[in-house]
Amino acid sequence: MSGIPLAPVYGPRDAEYPGLYPYTRGVHSSMYRTKLWTMRMFAGFGTAVDTNARFREIIRSGGTGLSTAFDMPTLLGLDSDDPMSLGEVGRCGVAIDSLADVRDLFAGIDLGTITTSMTINSPAAVMLALFVAQAEESGVSREHLGGTLQNDILKEYQAQKEFVFPPRQSMRLVRDTISFTAAEMPKWNSVSVSGYHIREAGSTAAEELAFTLANGFAYVELAGLAGLGVDAVAPHLSFFFNAHIDFFEEIAKYRAARRIWAKWMREHYGAKDERSWQLRFHTQTAGVSLTAQQPEINIARTAIEALAGVLGGTQSLHTNSMDEALALPSQKAARIALRTQQIIAHETNVTNVADPLGGSWFIEELTDEMEREAEVIFAHINKMGEGSMLEGCIRGIEENWFQGRIADSAYELERSFNSGERVVVGVNDFLEGNDEDDMATLRITNEDERKQLARLEKVRHDRDGEQVRRALERLSREASDPEVNLMDALIDAAKSYATVGEMMTALVGVFGRHVEVPSL
Amino acid sequence: MTVRVLVAKVGLDGHDRGIKVVARLLRDAGMEVVYTGLFQTPETVAAAAIQEDVDVVGLSMLSGAHMTLAPLVVEALRDHGSDIPVVLGGIVPPSDLDELKELGVAAVFGPGANAHDIVNVITSIVAASR
Repeated sequence: MSGIPLAPVYGPRDAEYPGLYPYTRGVHSSMYRTKLWTMRMFAGFGTAVDTNARFREIIRSGGTGLSTAFDMPTLLGLDSDDPMSLGEVGRCGVAIDSLADVRDLFAGIDLGTITTSMTINSPAAVMLALFVAQAEESGVSREHLGGTLQNDILKEYQAQKEFVFPPRQSMRLVRDTISFTAAEMPKWNSVSVSGYHIREAGSTAAEELAFTLANGFAYVELAGLAGLGVDAVAPHLSFFFNAHIDFFEEIAKYRAARRIWAKWMREHYGAKDERSWQLRFHTQTAGVSLTAQQPEINIARTAIEALAGVLGGTQSLHTNSMDEALALPSQKAARIALRTQQIIAHETNVTNVADPLGGSWFIEELTDEMEREAEVIFAHINKMGEGSMLEGCIRGIEENWFQGRIADSAYELERSFNSGERVVVGVNDFLEGNDEDDMATLRITNEDERKQLARLEKVRHDRDGEQVRRALERLSREASDPEVNLMDALIDAAKSYATVGEMMTALVGVFGRHVEVPSL
Repeated sequence: MTVRVLVAKVGLDGHDRGIKVVARLLRDAGMEVVYTGLFQTPETVAAAAIQEDVDVVGLSMLSGAHMTLAPLVVEALRDHGSDIPVVLGGIVPPSDLDELKELGVAAVFGPGANAHDIVNVITSIVAASR
């Protein structure tokens, strides 16, 4: 502000610089001077028509990417009229049953120019098929589609628990989507390897870092088994980390993540393409850090967490809304969350210099320590897999190792809150104001559920039942042959207006269902 | 007499951090805790509660489906002639609290509820129902 001239980056001559291997300081040499992070706000509720309106509002307010939140039935591959869907339709995301819903979801939005992220895992291949079918119907060919499919099924078994098929069968679908997008969708990120949910489920920062990167290694090895070289898959993996409230530890975590990924891709997996070495990531502020007490103060928490993501060099960012410990965000709360990013981007000048904390004795030591802790965990996973990270991740799930560690860490943290050893403002200290008036929150009524059921009924009525039957039959047949890539059969089924539930049921018939053994 | 608790995840919500942490905290307080696992229906929860002969059922819901599902669990228990009290934890807007009470949910614990309060409330609900 005072006009002091700033260099794009600082450091002694022999220092490591951003844009150079191993990228501790960032994947681009001039970082946000050249391109700001993408302000990608996660949204979805009610019917596709409701969410389409929120998407347009986000674009009007200056959001630069879309991110779709699906409701629980969709995430578990159930139709809205499934008995298990009762009460959940459109509640914590948008309800998608068929191509008709995807068409309304993206109505008036040019899929050739705005990138779209879809947060879905077990039915990820089904949703990708619906998305491709919709884009092609609207005149955008698949090679022009840019965006990300979360498609990170390993962390579902480890942390978020939205699974359908057993782990090994799920990994076949991940393999198919990786192969399909590598061949036909060059601008698409096939997997968003996600630590966010691992952290939200209670892990420490180091566990989030290590479990996530180990899962990333597993996907590289999985693609390798399908004949894809590391340089065909790694550039299309993106990452997704949490920005929790421990400010410096988070920044160190992102820096360590880039360095570890670069080293493992180059040295362990033999990647030659520098894009394979570069870990690009999305960040979301920590939902679990939000308090239901004095919800307005969550704006401050979110701002601090978002700043950690930016100082850590994130490529895109979602900021949580102040009311999310109470309900899905209201439009106003979501706008304030986006404004928080805009203040960081346009007012604070933190974007002028890449990795401004690089060279700090504290940050560098913390980065090294994060890397050391992660390597200890990698060694354990590698041992579980007898030399294979892919096998180690799957066995770690089957043996409840990841789940147990996350639950232990969550319990330890909770005890420290209960004992008062850690302070949470408004929860165990500084309680004045807790009894003030309640904040108005977004109401999702059962009306949305009724509307969606009517929409689904119309689709079932209008479509050609014989065409649907043939498409589903083909899907079952091809699913029984593990060598076949299922994407073509899924796109065919999507175009016939087969529903998400019908496609998933066909796959369950072949793959079976996963049941987690309950453990405390 | 030791308090026996069934903790349950009803519906499609897989978020199990809260239920696992609370289950361990209840055990620390000397209660016996049984966990159903994920993706239960109101009917399976009621059946398990009766079979395990628990003193209280604790539901955890973070997906927004509590207004539909929590009362159905109460109803399923009552249909079986059981008066086991049902408590709820999770993401629950304050505006839903009165209606949940009317529908028979004995207590609601929102985010930030501390272990001490949860234990005390459950203990007094159980004492009142015995």
